[in-house]
Parts: sequence; structure tokens; C-alpha cells
Amino acid sequence: MTGAVAMTEEEALLFGSIEELSERLWRGEISARELAEAHLRQIERIDGEIHAYLTVVAERALTQADAADRWIARRRQEQGGPVDVRRLDPSERLVGIPWACKDVLCTEGVRTTCGSRMLESFVPPYSATVVTRLDEAGAVMLGKVNMDEFAMGSSNENSAFGPTRNPWDLDRVPGGSSGGSAAAVAAGEAVFSLGSDTGGSVRLPASYCGVVGLKPTYGAVSRYGLVAFASSLDQVGPIARRVRDCAIVFEAVAGPDPMDSTSAPGPVPAVLPTLEHGAGGVRLGLAPEYFGEGLSAPVREAVMGAVARLEREGATTVEVRMPHLEYALPVYYIISPSEASSNLARYDGVRYGLRRPGDDVVAMFSRTRRDGFGDEVKRRIMLGTYALSTGYYEAFYLKAQKVRTLIRRDFEQAFERADVLVTPVSPSVPFRLGERVDDPLQMYLTDIYTLSVNLAGLPAVSVPCGFSPEGLPIGVQIIGPAFAEARVLQVARAVEAAVADQVADRRPAVAVR
Amino acid sequence: MPAITPDEVRHVARLARLELSEEEVARFTRQLGEILQAARRLQELDTEGVDPTFYPLPLRNVFRPDEVRPSLPRERVLQNAPEVEADMFRVPRIIEEA
Repeated sequence: MTGAVAMTEEEALLFGSIEELSERLWRGEISARELAEAHLRQIERIDGEIHAYLTVVAERALTQADAADRWIARRRQEQGGPVDVRRLDPSERLVGIPWACKDVLCTEGVRTTCGSRMLESFVPPYSATVVTRLDEAGAVMLGKVNMDEFAMGSSNENSAFGPTRNPWDLDRVPGGSSGGSAAAVAAGEAVFSLGSDTGGSVRLPASYCGVVGLKPTYGAVSRYGLVAFASSLDQVGPIARRVRDCAIVFEAVAGPDPMDSTSAPGPVPAVLPTLEHGAGGVRLGLAPEYFGEGLSAPVREAVMGAVARLEREGATTVEVRMPHLEYALPVYYIISPSEASSNLARYDGVRYGLRRPGDDVVAMFSRTRRDGFGDEVKRRIMLGTYALSTGYYEAFYLKAQKVRTLIRRDFEQAFERADVLVTPVSPSVPFRLGERVDDPLQMYLTDIYTLSVNLAGLPAVSVPCGFSPEGLPIGVQIIGPAFAEARVLQVARAVEAAVADQVADRRPAVAVR
Repeated sequence: MPAITPDEVRHVARLARLELSEEEVARFTRQLGEILQAARRLQELDTEGVDPTFYPLPLRNVFRPDEVRPSLPRERVLQNAPEVEADMFRVPRIIEEA
């Protein structure tokens, strides 16, 4: 592990913030092509060890970078000189900025595998709305990054193409399911990335890799072109090294989409104007249910340390109760597999994806699905099919949806007294590869603090708050009421500033050597 | 009583159109049993009169104008198909000859 180091020019390109890089691009100090090439070099140099990328699209990236350079040149010409970055239209902040796309989002003409053999050679005929929005904003997509198969998992070990490794310790998992997204950003292989979060899949890997991850309110970001896992829980969210970068990307991708009838109507929620307002006067809700048995000492200390620092900045704490939190895990593991078993019925070997021959269609379907899906996906399809089947629907599925209401009410009551809830992201620091693969229930416990947020459809951010004694990153989760992205990001920014002496400028050794 | 039996696992696998090996049947019987046992805890809670939350957003029907709009061209739709014949998806015979 490494402390703060003097940055070389290459490192400045790889670890700069969006605004720093944007400023240099618009001043003409660097070109988008140089910036993209630096990232492609970094991928070439270290991704053999990390395995964040499943597909690198160097040629496409350089074409987008050249277009970004022409965009900037055209605007400079219109203005008759350098463009003042502070006056830049918000829609132009991502011009030339390289990013990595979780392989769960459809990208027209670029293979989209979902980490599955089923879609190993699937090339989507259209792009997800969030991808189109970043394309139109001038961002440069470097490639598609690794994930647990169909976003089911907490460690990235469920990828059919081999696990991603944690850049801070290559023997440990990066968290899942957006492990490639978080690892790539942590290791300077992208400035930001997009992930998807159904039960913690953006926040957990962000915490494990020492970066920032936002799970937006259900409906705040379009799901069109996101390969569906559990449709009432899935949300697309940004991952970046800084809260401010996350906020910029969120504003770029959020907002209603006529192609997604579950996207929330109304304007894009502005989060940047209040981002630097600090923690003064903010009521931080602490629920003892998040700090009970099972929480490891280093995580507890780091989270409470962050709370103490926010208090010194003028925040107050208030105790709230989440009496139904302990039921979030069983509720989630009924509802999400049920929705998944329905969503994954489409993989039948007819219209796209793998096909195994059979004498009749049922044999063809069953063999295709036998060979196309991995162990965890099969387990969840089985669980969901069981929970939805005759005789069990009311006892499991309907009961779980009712308890989901109780969990939602817990949050509503907590937010009557607190502005945000502050909780750990995961009970422990990143675990070792292989440590939990044979015990699904143990693996599911990794997400025990994040699942309830999806059940209630709330926004939450994971932001680094410290390191364990062995140098592994620890994140804190800030949860807010629906559509309070501005508030959770403001508090996350206050955390980031308050712990800067312990966290800022630390980079994984593999990324800088 | 076990939470789920091997025969139930085989039945569910048929419903899900998933061919399982005997090793998988044994493993899933054990693992699904453990998970369902944990889920039984939900029965502790009184949910009388509690409405289910199927969706977190209070959205009702969302409509768009009912008008003809362009969609993907046929060859793009078929480009990922494992087997195509005469501009259509080809599958094993479903309908018996009379």
C-alpha cells in the first residue's frame, strides 16, 4: 500500500478529477486523444492483474476522443480563444473524459456479455439511454467492465470470464456485482464508470475499492437498455474517485426517459449547487440495528470516526430505529430471485444468445439454460420460480412484499427525525477470493446493510471514510429520502473533506508503480 | 420437515426450463432449503392489513400516444439469432403434422 506520492504527468492524467482534466482539455494543454491513450496504456499495463475489463474498444475510444477534440476546437473557434471552464455549459463537462461501462448496459455494436456464457457473443442493436446520454455529452467509452453474472453476486467471482481482483490487494475480491466498474476507477483505468445496483452492487464494490458510488432513487435514472435482473429494484449509478465527479455524472445521466415508463417524471435533480454546503446543521440518523452483532471492529471505528468528524463540522446525531431491518435479507432473497426468474425467462436460445440443440423446444430451452447460466444464476432462478409457484406465492412472495412495506415505513419514520442515515456499507473489509463461494447465505450477508435501500427505492452513496490496519479501504453509507440525491451527496462530500487527511491521495500500489 | 425435497427441486427445475444434474439437485435441495428456512422468519411478522409494495414509486399507468413509430430494422433484430430462416427465427418443430 502506498501513501501520498508525488504525481508524474502520466498519473495526473490517470488520477485527475473530471474538472481538472476538463480544464486542461479546454485550455488546450492536453488533447482528448492523449487522455484516452494514457488510459489505454494503463489498461494494457495493469489489467492483466486486475481483470476489470472484459472488452476494450480502443479504436472506438480514439474515434470518440478525436470527435471530442474537434468539439473543443470548434467551440474555441466560436469564442475566438480558450473557453473559460467555469462558464462551461454543464452539458459539456464530460467532453473527452474516459469512462468504463459495466457489461450489463447495452452498447450498440459493442459486445455486451452480462458476465455470462449465455451472452458471450451478444452484440446489442441499440444502446442504453445512459450510454447514449454519455455519448452525446462527448464522453469517451474505453470498454466494458466485468461483473457477477447477470449482476448476481457480491464478489465478482460469479463472472463466467473469471473474477476481477481488488486493486488494493490482488488476493481479495473487489466486491460485486459492479466489481469491474469500481476496480477500474480505483486503479486509474477510467475516470469514472457506470454500475448497476439491485441490492448494493454499486455501493459495495465502491466501498471495497475505496471509491465513491451512488445508487440513485428508483426511477431517477433510466433503465432502458439495462439488462434486467430485478425490475423493481434495479438502478444505474455512477462510480468515481471523488464525490464531485459522481455528482457530475449523475446529472449527466439522470432524468426522465420516454423509453422507460418507470423513470420518474420531472426535471433532472440538480445536485451540484448544494454540494459544498457542508455538514453544518445536518441531522445524522444512527440506527443501532446497523451497528449490532456481526459488524467488524475496523469498519465500526472508521464509520463512527467519520460521524465524529461530521459532528465537529456542526452536524448533530439523532438515534432512530429500524425495527424491520433484520428482515431485509429474507425479503430481498424472495423478491429479487422472483423478479429475476421472470426476467431471465427470455434466455431461451431463440432470439439471441447461446443455443444448445434439442429434439423439441423444451429440450432446447432446458439445455441452453443449463449450459448458458452459472451456478448462482441457476440458484436464484430456482428460488424465484419456487417462491412464485402455486401454493407458495402467498407464503413467500406476497408476504415478502408486505414486509417490504414495513421496511419502507421504518425509513419514512426515521426521516421524520433525521436528514440522512449514516451506516456501514458492509460488515467487513474485502474478503479473500474463494472465502465465501461455497456458502451462499454467508455471501448474502455481505449486503446486509445495503439491500433495504433498494427495497425502499431510496438514494444512497458509499464514500470512503478510512482504511483498516492492513490497508484495505472502508466506506460509509449515507442514505436519504426519495429524490434527496442532493442531500446525500452533500453529506458524502462533507465526509470526503472531513477524512481527507486519512484517505485522499492514497492509491493502490499496482496502479502507480 | 425439510424446507424443500429433491422431487420439488426437480419439479421447479422443469417449470424453469433448467436441466439439472443429479449433483445439482442434491446441492440445490440443501442450499435452497437453508435459504427458505431463513425466509420462514418472515412468518413471525403480523402483516394483517399491510399493503404489499410491488414498486417503490407511486406511479400509476404511464401512457404514450398510440401512433406508429419506426422500430429496429428486421436484419438488426435477427443479427444475434442463433438460427434464422427466411427472415424468421428458426426453432425445432413445435406443431405436429396433421
